[in-house]
Amino acid sequence: MSSIVCKDLRKTFQQGDETITGLDHVSIEIAEGGFVCLSGPSGSGKTTLLNAIGGLDTPDSGEVTIGSTRIDQLSKGELADMRLNKLGFVFQAYNLIPVLTAQENVEFVMQVRGVSAEERAKLSRSILQEVGLAGMEGRRPSQLSGGQQQRVAVARAIVSQPALILADEPTANLDTHSSAQLMDLFVKLNEHHKITFVIATHDVRVMRYAKRLIKMQDGKIVSDELQEQQPMAV
Amino acid sequence: MTALPIKSIFILAWRNLWRNHRRTLIMLAAITVGAWAMIFMTALMRGMVDDMLLNGIRDLPGEVQIHHPEYRDDPSINNSLGAADEQLVSVMEQPPVTAWTQRVRVPAVISSERESRGVTLIGIDPASETDVGFDAEDVKQGRFLIDADDKGIIIGAKMAERLETRLGKRIVIMSQDPDNNIADRGFRIVGIYKAKLASLEEMYVYAGIGTVQKLLKMDGQVSEIAITGDDYRKVDAWYPRIKQAAGDDKQVLPWYEADSYLGSMLAVMDGFVLVWMVVVFLAMSFGLVNTLIMAVFERVREIGLMLALGMRPATILSQILMESFLLLLIGLLIGNTLAILTIMPLQDGIDISIVAEGMEMMGTSSMLYPALKLQDVILANAVVLILGIITSVLPAWRASRYDPIEALNKN
Ligand SMILES: Nc1ncnc2c1ncn2[C@@H]1O[C@H](COP(=O)(O)OP(=O)(O)OP(=O)(O)O)[C@@H](O)[C@H]1O
Ligand SMILES: [Mg+2]
Repeated sequence: MSSIVCKDLRKTFQQGDETITGLDHVSIEIAEGGFVCLSGPSGSGKTTLLNAIGGLDTPDSGEVTIGSTRIDQLSKGELADMRLNKLGFVFQAYNLIPVLTAQENVEFVMQVRGVSAEERAKLSRSILQEVGLAGMEGRRPSQLSGGQQQRVAVARAIVSQPALILADEPTANLDTHSSAQLMDLFVKLNEHHKITFVIATHDVRVMRYAKRLIKMQDGKIVSDELQEQQPMAV
Repeated sequence: MTALPIKSIFILAWRNLWRNHRRTLIMLAAITVGAWAMIFMTALMRGMVDDMLLNGIRDLPGEVQIHHPEYRDDPSINNSLGAADEQLVSVMEQPPVTAWTQRVRVPAVISSERESRGVTLIGIDPASETDVGFDAEDVKQGRFLIDADDKGIIIGAKMAERLETRLGKRIVIMSQDPDNNIADRGFRIVGIYKAKLASLEEMYVYAGIGTVQKLLKMDGQVSEIAITGDDYRKVDAWYPRIKQAAGDDKQVLPWYEADSYLGSMLAVMDGFVLVWMVVVFLAMSFGLVNTLIMAVFERVREIGLMLALGMRPATILSQILMESFLLLLIGLLIGNTLAILTIMPLQDGIDISIVAEGMEMMGTSSMLYPALKLQDVILANAVVLILGIITSVLPAWRASRYDPIEALNKN
C-alpha cells in the first residue's frame, strides 16, 4: 500500500540566470515497511527528493508512485488530501504553529481528519509522553527548546500512524540521548505497525538505524546499500 | 471534504489576533472611531433633515393630502371637495393615522386702512388643525383661534408690518365665491404669528373654517383634507387605504408627491448617509488591508506549514477571514456602544442657535435633536462588516494560494 516507486525524476530550480539541478534522473524503489535513510552533503537533493515523494513539489519529469497512485498526476487538492491522510511529515526548518500549544499542534492534523476530541486528547497525550514531553502539553513552541519543538513535530507526524513518514533531519536539534530515544521509537513503529520511514539526515548516529542507506550527491544517487540495523546502546 | 472545524478556526484566528497586541489595538481603535463617526454623524444629519422634513410636512400640511383632482393646477374655490364622509372619517380614525383636519384655502386680498396685499386665506378648524398643520405656539401676540366659527383672523408678523397694522385692529378680506361674485368681510386681528420662514408670514392668514365657508358661500365644502400618521417614512403603509376610502374622484397624495422637493430630500439624505459611511469605511479600510497584509506576511511560514500538512487553501482563507471578522466585530461593538453613549446625553437637543441663523433659510430649528435610527445603525454595521470582509478577501486569498514549500522555507 505504501511502497514508493520513483522513476527517472528530474527537478531543476531557476535562480536568476542560473539553472540549479535538484534531482538528476533519480530512480528508486522503496518497499512497504522500509526504513530508509537518505544521506549526502548539503545541497545534494535529499529534501528535494522527500518533497517529490511527499507530493509537496512536482518534478519536471519522471514518475512518482505511492502504493498504486501516480501522485505526479494528482491535482493539488488530491495531493493535499493524500498528505493529510496518508503521510506524516517532519520538516527540516519549520514545524510548529506558534499560537498552538504542544498538544494542540499534535492534535492539529487529527482535527482536520475529523478524529473525535476525546480520541485526540488521549492519543496526543500518550504520544507526547512517548517522545519525552509529558507535562509540557500546554506549552507554546516559543516556550520549548529546539529539541523539544522537534519532538513535538515528530509526535505530530507519528500520532495517527500514517502509512509513510517522511522526516527531514528529525534529530537536528536533539542531544545523543534524545536522538537515540526518537530513533528507537521510529524503529518500534516501523516494526510493529509496518510504517514506512524515509529519513533525510547528516547524522551518522541516525544512519546506523537504517535498514537501507542511500547516499546522494549533486542530485544523483551515488550509493544504495542494504545494511544491518545497529541501534545505539542507550 | 476534510476541513478544520469552525471552533478550531476560531481559536486560531483569535490567538493570531492577539499575537501583535499593539497592531490589533490600533486597528480596533480605527474601526471603533470609524463606526462611531458613521453612527454619530448620521444621527446628527438625520436629526437635521428630520427637523426640516417635519417642518416642511407641517407647512404642506399633512403627510397625506386629499384634494379635488384639479385643485393643485387651479387652487380656486370651484375646485373644492365635499367634507369627509363617514367612510373616509372611519379610515382616518384608525391608527397609524394620528390626526386629520379639513381646510379651506383660497386666494384673497387683505387690506388695512393703509395697504393691500394678495394672500392665501386659510380656513381652519382650530381643534384639529394644531396636530397637523398650524402650530398654535407660533402665535406670538394675541391668541389662537377658538373654534371653527371664530370671527377673528391671525396674520403673520411680517404681514402686520407690511400692512402697517397691529393686534386688535381690523382688516378686510376680499375673495370670490363659487359664482365669481366678490365676497368681503371685516376681521379683527386676534393673533400675530411668527413662522420659521419669514416669507411664509406674508403668504398665509388664518381664520375659522366655518366663518370662511359662510363668507364664500361654500356650503360645507373644503379645499383640502390633511392627514398625519405616526411616522412620515411609513406613509406608504396606510395612504392607499385613505385613497380607496376617498374614492376615485379625489386626488390623494402622500407628502413626497405633494412636495417633490421634500420627497427628494429624503432620498438624497439616504444616499448621502450611505456615501458618508462608505467614505469613512474607505479611510478605515486602508488600515485594515495593511494590517491583514502584514499579519499574513509575518505568518508565511506557518501558512506554508499548514498547507504542507494537507490543509486546504479554503481553510487558510477562512481562518484569515475569521480573524478579520473578529477584529471588525469587536471594533463595531465598541464603536456602537460609544456612539450610543455619546448620543444619549444629547437627546434633549443641542443648541445650535449661534450657527443656525443662516440655516433658518433651510427651514431648520435652532435646536438640533440627534435622531438615532435603527436602520442607520444597521446600515453602518453592515457597511463595515460586509465591505470589511470583502476587503479582507484579497490578502486572505493570496495567503491561501501560497506554494507550501516556498512559504515554508521563507526567511
Ligand atoms: N526553491 C529552490 N530554489 C532554488 N534552488 C533550490 C530550491 N530548493 C532547492 N534548491 C537547490 O537544489 C539543490 C538541492 O537542494 P536540497 O534542499 O534538496 O538539498 P539537501 O540535500 O536537502 O541539503 P541540506 O542537507 O542542506 O538540507 C541545492 O543546490 C539547492 O540549493
Ligand atoms: Mg534538506
